[in-house]
Order: sequence, then C-alpha cells, then structure tokens
Amino acid sequence: MTNSWNDIKNTDLVLIMGGNAAEAHPCGFKWVTEAKANNGAKLIVVDPRFTRSAAVADVYAPIRPGTDIAFLSGVMRYLLGNNKIHQEYVKAYTNASYIVKDGFAFNDGLFTGFDANRKVYTDRSSWDYELDDQGMAKVDETLQDPRCAINLLKTHVERYTPEMVERICGTPKAKFLQICEMIATTSVPDRTMTSMYALGWTQHTTGAQNIRSMAMIQLLLGNMGMPGGGVNALRGHSNVQGITDLALLSTSTPGYLVLPTDRETTYIDYMKSRAFKPLRPGQTSFWQNYEKFFVSQQKSFFGAAATKDNDWAYDYLPKFDTTYDVLKMVDMMAAGQMNGLFCQGLNIMLASPDKNKVVTGLTKLKWMVVIDPLETETARFWENHGEFNNVDTKSIQTEVIQLPASAYAEEEGSATNSSRVIMWHWKAADGPGESKSDMEIVSELHLRLRALYAKDGGAFPDPIVKTTWNYTRPHNPDPQEVLKEINGYALEDLPDPADPNRIMLRAGQLLPNFGVMRADGKTAGGMWIYTGVFTEAGNMSMRRDAADPTGLGIHPNWGFSWPANRRILYNRASADPDGKPWSEKKKYIWWSGSRWTGGDVPDYAPTIAPDKAVGPFIMNQEGTARLFARAAMPDGPFPEHYEPMDAYIANPLHPKVSTNPVVRVFAADAKSFGTPDKFPIVATSYRLAEHFHYWTKNVHDNAVLQPELFVEMGERLAKAKGIQNGDWVEVSSQRGAIKAKACVTKRIRPIMVDGKPCDVVGLPIHYGFVGFARKAHPMNVLTPSVGDASVNTPEYKAFLVDVKKTTPPAQPAVA
Amino acid sequence: MAVTRRQFMKVSAASLAASSVGALGFVGAGDVLAAGVRPFKLERATETRNACPYCAVACGVLIYSLGDKSKNAKSSIIHVEGDPDHPVNRGTLCARGAASLGYIHSANRLKYPMHRKPGSDKFERVSWDFALDRIVKLMKEDRDKNFIAKNRDGVTVNRWLSTGFFGGSSLSNEAGYLTYKFVRATGILGFEDQARI
Repeated sequence: MTNSWNDIKNTDLVLIMGGNAAEAHPCGFKWVTEAKANNGAKLIVVDPRFTRSAAVADVYAPIRPGTDIAFLSGVMRYLLGNNKIHQEYVKAYTNASYIVKDGFAFNDGLFTGFDANRKVYTDRSSWDYELDDQGMAKVDETLQDPRCAINLLKTHVERYTPEMVERICGTPKAKFLQICEMIATTSVPDRTMTSMYALGWTQHTTGAQNIRSMAMIQLLLGNMGMPGGGVNALRGHSNVQGITDLALLSTSTPGYLVLPTDRETTYIDYMKSRAFKPLRPGQTSFWQNYEKFFVSQQKSFFGAAATKDNDWAYDYLPKFDTTYDVLKMVDMMAAGQMNGLFCQGLNIMLASPDKNKVVTGLTKLKWMVVIDPLETETARFWENHGEFNNVDTKSIQTEVIQLPASAYAEEEGSATNSSRVIMWHWKAADGPGESKSDMEIVSELHLRLRALYAKDGGAFPDPIVKTTWNYTRPHNPDPQEVLKEINGYALEDLPDPADPNRIMLRAGQLLPNFGVMRADGKTAGGMWIYTGVFTEAGNMSMRRDAADPTGLGIHPNWGFSWPANRRILYNRASADPDGKPWSEKKKYIWWSGSRWTGGDVPDYAPTIAPDKAVGPFIMNQEGTARLFARAAMPDGPFPEHYEPMDAYIANPLHPKVSTNPVVRVFAADAKSFGTPDKFPIVATSYRLAEHFHYWTKNVHDNAVLQPELFVEMGERLAKAKGIQNGDWVEVSSQRGAIKAKACVTKRIRPIMVDGKPCDVVGLPIHYGFVGFARKAHPMNVLTPSVGDASVNTPEYKAFLVDVKKTTPPAQPAVA
Repeated sequence: MAVTRRQFMKVSAASLAASSVGALGFVGAGDVLAAGVRPFKLERATETRNACPYCAVACGVLIYSLGDKSKNAKSSIIHVEGDPDHPVNRGTLCARGAASLGYIHSANRLKYPMHRKPGSDKFERVSWDFALDRIVKLMKEDRDKNFIAKNRDGVTVNRWLSTGFFGGSSLSNEAGYLTYKFVRATGILGFEDQARI
C-alpha cells in the first residue's frame, strides 16, 4: 500500500476493483465502513460478481474479467475530456509537460520498436523524453506542445469512449458514466479517492498495467501522497509484504536492489547501470545511494570476506540471464531440466496454474523437500487419489522429504502487513511433535551444507563457507539478533560528517537510519528499507503505543513502517509547490519555514525548501510521477487493453493484435490456449470468506462452513445447460476438465459484450485432495500457464471454459 | 494503581451483574451472584501477543495458553481472540481468524520428518539428522555437478539452475532473511515465493 489500512477512514470515495475486501480482508474492510459512517464516503465496486463488497456499495458495476484497462482508460478519457483533473498537481508533480521523443508512436495495438519474430519490443529508445544539451528532460509548461506526455495520453485514451467501454467490458454506459462522475469529484484539493485492489488486478497478462492505470488516474486527480488517497494493494499472506521486501524473488536482493545480469561483467559495470542520473535540475533520489545500500548488504551477507579489493564479493552473487520465476521453473521441471526443489510453505501443486503440467514437472524431479506446518497436495503429489490425482505411484521416482515446521503461534519474530508496518509477535507454545521453526531448519541446512563444503570442497564453495552466520545460537538464531542484522550497524567508529572530531556511531552500534549507510565497508545492513527498525533505542517493531495524535490514523509509535517509519508514501505531494497543504481538510505535511513538518515522517529531505523545486517523487530520476512510463514497462509506456490469452472476442481496438503482444509463451504451451468456439464461457477464480488459500481445508471449522468445491453460475447459463443448483457439472478448458457442484446464483449475470450476452462462471481456489473438506479436483487444472508481461503473475482471473451436467466423481468424496 | 485489561473486564462484569440484578429489586443478591461466578476462564491463562497468520491485514491476536512458560511446563494453547489494542483490527477477527485455534491444533499438522523413497507408496518417519544430512548431500551432489561458473562468453556468472526454492510468504522477516542468505549463497536463481503468483 502507498497508504495504510487506518488511512482509509480519511477518504471521500472508495473504489474496490480487482479485489473483494469485505470477504477477503474483512477486518481491513472495517475502515471502509468507518469512512462511510463518519466521513460521508461513498463506495464503488466494479467486479464480475455481485460480491459482499458490492452488497454494501453505493454503486456496483459489472465488468467482464480481464478488461480493467479498457474501463480505467475510459475513466482517464472522461477526466481529461471534462477537465476533471487537479491541474496544478498534474503540472507540478507529474511528467505531463515533458516532451516525448518524436519517434514514439502507437499504431494498431503496437508501440514503436516491436520485433515480430522475438515478440518483444527490442528497441524501446523512442519511449523516452527529448533531452536538452545538459541531459535534462525538455518540458513545455504551457502544455501546448502536442508531444507533451499529457497530450499523447489524451490521444491514446481517446479511443476508450463510453460506448467502447461498454462494448469491451460489458459495463452499461450509464453506470460507467455515473462512476466517472463520482471519481471526478475527487479532482478537487479537499477530496480524495482510495483504490483498493488485490489479485483481481494482478493475475492477468496485463496485471502490472492494470495497477499502473489506477496510479495514473490517482495522479490526474492529485490523490497520491494524500490522506485518504493512494493505490492500495490489499495483499494475500500475513507476511507477503515482508517476504517481497526481503526478495525471495528470482532476480532481486533485499530492499528492491537487483542482482547483476550477465551483461554487468564487472562491479563497475553493475554500479554504472545503477548510477542515478537526474533528469531535472537539482533532483535528488534515494537511489543515488544505491552503492551504500549494496555494499552494506554485502557486508551483512559476507562480513570480512567482502572487501574493496574483491569488489565487495560481487562474484559471490549469481548473475541472471533471464528471470527464473515460478512459471519458468515449472516449465523447466516439466522439460526435465531440474533435479531438486524446495517448497517451504508454498503448495506449488495447487498454487501454480495448469496442475497437470506441475505434476509432470514434480514427477521428473530427482528429489523434493517440503517444509510446511501442514499436509499439502505438493508433498503427496505421488499419491493416487482416484480421479482427483490419478498418478502411477510406482513409476514416480522422485524422492520426497517432508519437514514439519512450526507455525506463527509457536515462534517469535516480526512480520510486515500490507500497510508496510513491521510488527513483532511472541511465542505462545511449542509446535507439535518434533516440529522446528523455519529459522532453525534453514540454519541447520546452511550449517550442514557449509560443513560439507568446508570438508570436501566442491563447486565454488566461497559464498557458502563465507556467509556470515555469527549468531550467538547459530543452529537456532535469536530473531532479535537477526532483525539487528537486517537493520544494520557500524563496523568501525563513524565520525559525524558535520563535526569530524565527534564520533557519531561507535563500532557495533545500530544504525539509526539508512542515511548513515556507507559505500566504504564501514557499515553493514541487510536491507536498507528496514533500517531504523532496531536502533540503540530498542526494537521498534515491538512498539505498541496506539496513540494517534493527529486523528488521521497515523499511529506513529505502533510498530515501524518502512521506510523511515513513514506511513503515507510520496506525502510531500500532499502540499503544493510552495509547501502549503492543498487544502485545510487534507492537511498532512507542510513546510514550516525551516523544515517539513506534520504528523508523519516527510517523504522528502526534511530541510529542502520548496523554492529549490526538488520534485516530490524522489524514487524517479525526474522527481515527478510518470503518466508516460518511459521504458520501465516491457509492454508499453501507456496501458493498452489486450484480451486475456484465452480471448473471448477479437480485440475491438485492434483485432490483429488481440492479446498482449509481448507475453511470454513457452513452446510447450503454444497450443494450450482456448478459443470461444470450443469454450464459450468466461471463467474467473476467487476466494471465499471462510477459507484461506489451501490451508484452512485442514481446519475443521472452516471445512464445515464451506465443505466443497463448486462452480458459481448465473441462472441464464444454468437454464440453457439444464443445470440445477447442486448438480454435478463438468468444467473444461483447453488444459483439462474437473467436476464441481453447481451453485446457481443471481450474483453472476450475463454481461453484454460486443453486442452479445457473455456468461461468466466463478470457481473458488481452495480445494484439493488433502484436508477435511471434501476431496476435489484442484481447480488449477483449468488455468493457463502464462503470466503478466511485466512480472509473470499467472492469468488466474480470466480464462475460457465450457460447462455441462455430469455424474458425481467416482471416488467417495470424503477425504 | 495499574489496572490490567483483564482486571478491568472482571470489575466491569461484576458491577454489571450487581446493577442489573439490583434494578430488579434483589438488592445485595448481585454481590452473592458475582462472588459465585466461576472465575473468568482465561484468568489462569498466559496471554501472548501475536498476529493472525492468514491475510496481510495481519490482525493483532491474543493467544491464551495454559502453562506459565516456565522451563518444565509445556504450554497448551486454548483460545485465540482479536487484540483490542491493535489499531487496525481493534479486537475483531473474521471467520478465518476466529477459527485459527483449529489451525494451531489441526490433526493435519506435521509432527515428524518423513521420507518417501523413489517409487514408494508411503511416507516413512525418519530422524531429523537423517533428513537434514540427506538433503544437504542431495544438494551438494546436484550443485557440484551442475553449477555454472562461467557462461558461454566466459563471464563469471556463478549460478545454479537445476535446483529451485519456493519460499513461503507467511515466514517471519527473520526466517525469510535467513532463508535468503542460505539459498542465495548457493547460487540458486530459481528462488521465488507466493508473492509472484
């Protein structure tokens, strides 16, 4: 989230689209209720289903799965066309006035630079600004130049008329316009809208661009950095934010640093490509400190083995030639290119799309290790469960080791919620049987592997045998000691930059903030964005002072919000260029005459005066936020509607480029996409209020509350197929077929798409053949193994199926 | 005098009983009733602050266990409820969080290291030492055989692609950080978590 759960109470308008907070995040949703009850806020829900969020909305609009960009681009067209934008904000804080290179264009669904053979934009050089002779971006503050980013945006979204939105999305024109008008009311300085989204936006081949579209709307409205504004990812797992920060991701290192690529053959090359080059005069950025963050991290990982002479152990890190994301790994497994796999709390057999492909992959492994508190389908993929998992056990040669991990209640440590607040939790009891904590399991594995390499040598042992593991209890480290390492500390006495005679930090003292990190090896720190969480004043994640002095839901002394205990990101933009709040009602931080002040930590250098004109979006080289994304996205500097890979219709905007042209399709999956002649129904997946992922089918109460897999469908479809509520239905896609009970409701209704009624069905994700719920076919049999063009998140939310009445599963349906 | 939340609740419950009974005309009966009420069930329990394990609202929870956490006493968790002090959930829990005691005590919790041999139709219980030593042996065999020190252009790349690691998104930050150090030091690039999918 750019903002926080508590901040939602400050909003005037909530747009839930791509999520269903009332059911998936009920206790966070209470802040929507709070805003409605006490701030006069309205709630809009846009969703293919009439969800429980929709049930309490002021306005609900249906939408065909996978068409959010068309809807949101239509909103942008409305705002720009009716001058319902926050003019001064847009001019000062976005790249609206920046002049885009002459060569950039968009024609028939393709931006400039597309290579039709490789299916990537090989030449993205035109996706950029014109630069002056100082290397600064050229701007036209009058916004008259037709090449200004905002003018190109106007042209780009002009095609998304309300009629086109209705044709693509199936959202009735009147409903769409009503929502546009409501959104437009927040373009004034004293009103804000908040956006709440989840996997309903990310799990598409255009996922990252869905979110980008909303970010652009919020910029046009002047709602970024404002209380009650922002773009807010609700997020799934209790520490998914922390684990993302910590970079359990193929090409990242903790704190959003990036591993080197094959092209960065030396440390100098690596730093050169990360060097901060301002694009506007005087602009500053966090990223100008990249080397300080990187060197401190290497010192944490490798201690004395990371020296200036060996480029801070640069070669201890693997370089990447391509991204080895989940879908890529499953594809490699299925192709027999992998031998070993660890699944630590991730049930890959249900979590990755195309279950049959995943099982093929697991079958080809030599060995697999599962570390989990619970039984999982993954650990038992080799077991025959009749038609639910019809495998030939004897022929499966994969060796499987399953390790019992303790769970949250049985360990202490910190976790980071979706508001970016790091909070400590304490241990209540030991785990069952011989279970061990993940920390202990990982430590044991590291130390034993390290001992083998120290004794016998082998392939490049250095990074393994030289990893810092100097904990007081190396086999089971104290979490507080580890959090201190993440925070960072001085390795030598550090003088005060303002007064060299004074020592600012003694060797061994914890770093108070990432501003004191150094590139000369005198500081260590595992992850710069968390620095400040554990200082000489103590473990800030343990703070439990719920006081809220401003009444704005900031709670500055509850836990620690990264970075720097900041609760709203980009909050410098809550004040105008002169440093005055845009409005008294939305006052958040402001310039006091000598420094930035207010109830939150400024997202800005605290003493840079407004007249220095340093932009508020200090993560960017230009200091402004991007309506035009330059070359940052692989599929275009502006969002564009592309059909899901299982395309229901030819894209009305450009039928020859119907789907996202730069989506990665593995050769093995080339024929795995469905067409509407065989699979005429649009399907989406969703979560139930009573279940969490694949865990709670192992919990008796939850299994009783929602005992079995179903397919939710509208009355029109059920009638056409002769299906009654409770009948067994076969749901099939190009990837496979499953059986599910019919749940016929009024919540899903046919949507008029391109002039024809389109039936939609929905399937909950939670079921499998392990647990106390009824055994079921995993629904990911149906979903395509393809991901978002930017980050390869699978397209779970829009695919094509057919349904027909069938007989019950052959296997007794009780686990 | 510092009043704990539990004492406060006890006093409130007692005065409520006294006043409502008093209102019906049974003056004095309230005191007798209050004294007779079985001491609050959680009075003897140890309260631990934790967070709900499910979605990323990460609601504050209070976990109640029997046992005082002394070395020779085994704690047993008996109750989970929302933490009323937590600014986000303010004491509430949803249908999942409210049933989370059932997760802690699920009959499907794993208790022992298990091993499935190639072609076998069952898991067999093994010791931790066997499991851990077996895993690092398998790792080392594969890594030593398939580690890529240089790419085709002779650039040092130091990567290991034939083994992968899927991490959980419900690990604590500290467990996640140790996992990162363990995995990345081996050169594994196929290193992902639930956040991707």
